[in-house]
Amino acid sequence: MSQLLAVLIDGLIYSSWLFIIAVGLTLIYGVMKILNIAHGSLYALGAYSAASLAGYWINQGHAPMGSYAVMLVAAILVGLIAGPVIERGLLRFMYGKDEIVLVLVTYAVFLILEDFVKLVWGVDPYFLYQPYSLLGSFDIADLTYPNYNLVLFAAAVLIGVVVAWVLTRTRQGKMLLAVIHDREMSAAMGINVGRVYFITFTVGAILGALGGALTAPMISVQPGIGAETIVLAFAVVVIGGLGSLPGAALAAILVGLVRSAAVHYRPELDLFSIYFVMAIVLIVRPKGLFSIPEARKI
Amino acid sequence: MKRDLTVSILIGALIVLLLAGPLLPRWAMFLINVSLCYGLVVLGMMLLMRTGLVSFGHGLYYCLGAYAAGTLDVLFGISDIAVMLLAAIAATGAVSTLLALLLRKYRDIFFAMLSLAFSMILYGLLVKTSALGSSDGFNVAAKTLFGVRIAGTEFERYLIFAITVVTAFVAAICIHWYRGSHRGRLAEAIRDNELRVEYMGASVANTVHINYVMSAVLAGLGGALAAISVGHIDPEMAYWTTSGEFVFVAILAGTGNVLAPFLGAFIFETIRSFAYEYSPNTWQMALGISMLIVIMFLPGGLWSLFTRMRKTA
Amino acid sequence: MAIVLEARGLNKSFGAVTAAEDINVGVEGDSIVGLIGSNGAGKTTFVNMVTGYLKPSSGSIVFGARDITPLAPRQITRLGICRSFQVPQLFNTLSAYENLLVGVGIVASGGSKWADASRHAGTPGETVDSILERFNLTGYRDKPAGALPEGVRKLLDIAMAMAVKPKILLLDEPTSGVSADEKFELMDMVMEAVRAQQVTVLFVEHDMDIVNRYTHRVLAFYEGRIIADGEPGVVLDDAEVRRYVTGEARAAGRGKHAAH
Repeated sequence: MSQLLAVLIDGLIYSSWLFIIAVGLTLIYGVMKILNIAHGSLYALGAYSAASLAGYWINQGHAPMGSYAVMLVAAILVGLIAGPVIERGLLRFMYGKDEIVLVLVTYAVFLILEDFVKLVWGVDPYFLYQPYSLLGSFDIADLTYPNYNLVLFAAAVLIGVVVAWVLTRTRQGKMLLAVIHDREMSAAMGINVGRVYFITFTVGAILGALGGALTAPMISVQPGIGAETIVLAFAVVVIGGLGSLPGAALAAILVGLVRSAAVHYRPELDLFSIYFVMAIVLIVRPKGLFSIPEARKI
Repeated sequence: MKRDLTVSILIGALIVLLLAGPLLPRWAMFLINVSLCYGLVVLGMMLLMRTGLVSFGHGLYYCLGAYAAGTLDVLFGISDIAVMLLAAIAATGAVSTLLALLLRKYRDIFFAMLSLAFSMILYGLLVKTSALGSSDGFNVAAKTLFGVRIAGTEFERYLIFAITVVTAFVAAICIHWYRGSHRGRLAEAIRDNELRVEYMGASVANTVHINYVMSAVLAGLGGALAAISVGHIDPEMAYWTTSGEFVFVAILAGTGNVLAPFLGAFIFETIRSFAYEYSPNTWQMALGISMLIVIMFLPGGLWSLFTRMRKTA
Repeated sequence: MAIVLEARGLNKSFGAVTAAEDINVGVEGDSIVGLIGSNGAGKTTFVNMVTGYLKPSSGSIVFGARDITPLAPRQITRLGICRSFQVPQLFNTLSAYENLLVGVGIVASGGSKWADASRHAGTPGETVDSILERFNLTGYRDKPAGALPEGVRKLLDIAMAMAVKPKILLLDEPTSGVSADEKFELMDMVMEAVRAQQVTVLFVEHDMDIVNRYTHRVLAFYEGRIIADGEPGVVLDDAEVRRYVTGEARAAGRGKHAAH
């Protein structure tokens, strides 16, 4: 019984993490039709910034509880700087090109940022354990979980709710939804699509960095975490349906639970399980769980 | 005619490399050897790209070919190059024929992502398989060629080099001829307008399937030869960043001619070896910047420089 | 002349929209049939069903002795029915020559799957050059299809359909997008090529002059049904056709008022 409970709880925690890393990616794809490989770099930048800034904060003797705020600020700063630089400085010159070409452009950015991270932070791993261990732990049945995992879960729910609310209730959000549905029509209706792109990419960047910042206390922050994470984010986004927020949430839950089951019962199928789910979903629903139907061509 | 020129260049290159081989310094022979292996994979990528598909998971077949060749010794005690290459062809041919049944229904991002997924599945499986060395991989040593012992002989290096050169040559010629055939021409037609191809009576799915399998076998051959030449294989060969490198070289080379992938691979490997030695932490950055430059200014790849020069000449 | 293509009781609805209702048509070999009707009347739906792009909700389509209703476009083409498109569907990065070479190549490599007498004489290259000549496209031989003027693209689109040597050719608005003075030139060229190979032609058209001049028979569509079927002179004079398709009744009425 407790094994089943463990699978469930571990699954939900992992799902929360998956959702956080995937939401920015699916948002950017939905609006801009760009599969942003550099999202992995933003994740890494967020993790490194959080680790080094919060680490500095704590080492300087400041209140450890403040480190959470520092992590948050670090992530937002990363997104606010990197987002506009990438979008305004490079991407906007590439709009209109083939989807695959844009993917390659973001891949190039990813490669550049991977080394940028190495140049700035070096190749040795960073450890930021305090925010993780600070909060203590809680018990369910005979299982013990660090409370930080609750933070992760709460963050995922909060992000999901806030993004959904902004998209459906605010004017800016509805404009984003309009662009997701039909870019040309939106432009014809007077929506400043260029500005929508800018905002979307920056928000997506912040969300990506936030994912990294939130994860930093749980892992050893080192080169390669961006590459590892982006493939997982892809899987979630593709399973859920490119550009769909509820899809990403559902996919995160599905993948999280399946992977958790794999880890508990057949650990060698860990990575396999995620891509297996992706393959199965795509076979049954070729465009993912939630997808926008396409009109006839001729 | 341009086509005859390609064949002449290929034959010329074959002769030059085979003759010059023994005279080359060790590092140069190794560099060319590895470039040819990589070039084989990129040749496969080029075939797919001409059909309108970009695979972000060809590391799957590169790795599969290498492991098929490498595990023959561990499993059956076989270490003959000819058998190893056959094993690579068989393994990649079988897997790709199966996967293509699914993959041929997808295009664009989905094709790229699904192929990525399959390569990551292999990566995940290999990393967890301690019998094959997990993430460390294991060493591969080819001992005989067609039954004749070569390991430990003074000809070992050269023979492996020669096999690689010949294989690359045969593959390039075959693909070149294929391009000139009716089915070969369908590839670009499919890339441009699948609907029209179907309405003219040809099966898009069949051509995509065939081209996919061919590109997979080429990648498998490249992987097997790399395993034999380098002497070591590991799951990293199936990691998505390896596939990304193949995509990069394919973009760099362009799809104009069968010579392009080998040229592109050679430039890539040369830069990589030097960049790695002098500044290992900026090597990826250099790659990224080069890719951006090629995408922005040379959308047809480096080969389009040649065709441009010929037109103005 | 024998009936080569027959539609029996064709119906097609998309939810509440009826795109085709009880279509019964028999087309004779070597004839030229015009399909007219206002937008949404069901002409393109009919063409799409015959070429296999759409499956009818009920009814069947028989070609020769064979029920082709369940077949895919590719199979139908191989049996001998080919179409051109309202928006030319070409291989834009390939030259006109290469475009046609693809079509000729498909036939050449098709083997026994192709309908009889579908082979071209001569080498593929020679065949392509002769097609280019027949359609007056030789001047555009080496230019990429994407860069050609619209009228030329339309011609090439039709030439491509002819390259696979069809027994029945369906043209979807062959003169749309072509300037008024070029329309007749285009249709003359197409009809000449078609007559030389004894092909049955059905074409969708909005230009009544073209319909009048080139067809033996006209089918008028309205709201998914065929409301008139006969010689061009008769059909175009039909009261219902004038009301629902050509709009002449209304135009005549307008003229009357304007005179005051």
